[in-house]
Amino acid sequence: MSTAAVTDKRPSTLRGASLPKWTPWAIAAGSIAVAVAIGLGTGLDSRIQWGLIAGLLFLLATYGVAARVEGRRQAKDRIATALVWVAFVLAVIPLASLIWATVERGVKVLDVYFLTHSMGVVADSEPGGGIYHAILGSLEQVGLATLIGAPIGILTAIYLVEYGRGNLARAVTFFVDVMTGIPSIVAGLFILSLMLMFDMQPFGFAGSLALAILMMPVVVRSTEEMLKLVPNELREASLALGVPKWRTILKIVVPTSIGGIITGVMLSVARIAGETAPVLLLVFGNPFINANPFEGAQASLPLYIYQQYSQSAGSQAAYDRAWAASLTLIAFVMILNLVARGIARWKAPKTGR
Amino acid sequence: MDISTKKSQNTDEAPPPAAPPTQAEQKRAARGATRPGDRIFLGLSRGSGILLLVIMAAIAVFLTYRATLAISKDEANFLTAFEWNTNLIPPKFGIAVLAFGTVVSSIIAMAIAVPIAVAIALFLTHYAPRRLSGPIAYVIDLLAAVPSIVYGLWGALILVPQMDGLFGWLNNYLGWTGIFSWDEGAPRSMLTVGVLLAIMILPIITNVSREVFRQVPQTHEEAALALGATRWEVVRMAVLPFGRSGVISASMLGLGRALGETMAVATVLSPDFDIHASLLNPGGGTFAQNIASKFNEATEFGRDALIASGLVLFVITLLVNGAARAIIARRKEYSGANA
Repeated sequence: MSTAAVTDKRPSTLRGASLPKWTPWAIAAGSIAVAVAIGLGTGLDSRIQWGLIAGLLFLLATYGVAARVEGRRQAKDRIATALVWVAFVLAVIPLASLIWATVERGVKVLDVYFLTHSMGVVADSEPGGGIYHAILGSLEQVGLATLIGAPIGILTAIYLVEYGRGNLARAVTFFVDVMTGIPSIVAGLFILSLMLMFDMQPFGFAGSLALAILMMPVVVRSTEEMLKLVPNELREASLALGVPKWRTILKIVVPTSIGGIITGVMLSVARIAGETAPVLLLVFGNPFINANPFEGAQASLPLYIYQQYSQSAGSQAAYDRAWAASLTLIAFVMILNLVARGIARWKAPKTGR
Repeated sequence: MDISTKKSQNTDEAPPPAAPPTQAEQKRAARGATRPGDRIFLGLSRGSGILLLVIMAAIAVFLTYRATLAISKDEANFLTAFEWNTNLIPPKFGIAVLAFGTVVSSIIAMAIAVPIAVAIALFLTHYAPRRLSGPIAYVIDLLAAVPSIVYGLWGALILVPQMDGLFGWLNNYLGWTGIFSWDEGAPRSMLTVGVLLAIMILPIITNVSREVFRQVPQTHEEAALALGATRWEVVRMAVLPFGRSGVISASMLGLGRALGETMAVATVLSPDFDIHASLLNPGGGTFAQNIASKFNEATEFGRDALIASGLVLFVITLLVNGAARAIIARRKEYSGANA
């Protein structure tokens, strides 16, 4: 036994020479240093180029070193590992930059005043003003969309899981799949074509209808997954006690999976809360506070961001407001997401017990 | 079961033997949905399923109807004209430029996003330290939820200035190809749009691919390892072949997103109505971007024309998504709809 333990510690002769563990880190540090030197030396001012050069150097150096020390196959393995890491870093940079920029620039004007005032008396190029009207509009439109979309979505999912057999169910499944891929602007155009027919002016509820269309398939899909997780024994036990099917569904199946259903609805709410295109076509935007979603143009948070960006002719004050509104929107969406995932974990259906 | 007891009670009360149940009754008994509560609930849930189908049909019908109103008055060829003048009398507009721009920007986005997304999915499932991969996957999930308008704002104010240097470099070394020539204008061009779209669709492709790679049977990988394969060889021989169809459908879902993306393109691109060989010079347009930026000034007829272009976009995305679903349907375990 003791000899075996000793032989294990010695470098095995069956394995070829291998590089020490810190090699990738050393090569990474070296290639970044060289890339910065090249960047400064030749006066490249785009950080994107610095990153690309560093990545390229890292790949080449890794391959060279590994091929010399460890052989071809190991070198290929190393370069694949290096590529995967480089891809990961390349992707993380813009995403991190996005979050960082939004937070850094967003906090400049984000305060209580900003959240509680509208743009009613403020020109788009002037500092001041706020997003109260946009938050109000967003909440109303998204709320109404949820009231329409969530029940229809959940009922459809119940139909597919509990009743669905035959051609109708298959058609619904297929078109729900197709519907998830509808671009948001097409949903907006659909409601717009209805509005053109009845000669209507933009109003908040029209936006809600388009958002509800975008929301339904997402709710159907997530609810369906959740209902499928409910063990059949529960249904059978309830039916065997003589409980009608509809009461079985309402009292047994849905409560068992309610956590997942709520999660799905909240995730879909988070998704439609950020939709701009249908709101742009149907709700139009309004600098004043309009609390009535059934009459007159309204504002909404994503639309506010777009209009502050596009209608302000490059005024810094407007950009600051756009960033602050973005931060508010992202915070709203992220909080919804986190809460939804929290609920999912807390109320996960207890299967397999 | 309940029905039979009821029936027996009925027969007890009414001694003369009842007539044999009619065909309709038999059918109902077989289905078991005789209670009013059951019937109402079934009706409600089936009704909402049918409502979804009706909505889809209505989208197609109404868009087509408004589109024909516009196209019938179009003096130019709707498919090939290089202009969008809906206020002229007679009006002239066509979708050639939009179709070209939509396809080009999506191709750029796919060319950048798919390899990187697959690499990240591999990173998360096979390369990252276990402790890192959980939180990173979580963050990528959250990034998929960032609204597109925020990407648009970031792209227009932060990404665009950063592209200057890269464009200059591409122009210096690859400008002779024509595709990468650059006249030093603001880099609000198709390439920038493509890069931004790539960043936007990265999370969704990563999420779906990750799910697929996670389902690769452990035994396949262990078999490869036992034969002395390096980690890359395991990935190439066991993981990628297993995940191929999943990656394809994930890419199609990403493509669907990229085709229909509106706000990010509308904020970044500085559009015109012409096809440019260079990807670096500003110009061109996409369906969704054109609708968003032309909408405010459009008359009712102009809106119909925009609806006509939206119909084309609708059909294209239907085809792309249908193809993705067909590939997924072969492997039912995972569906990208939740990603």
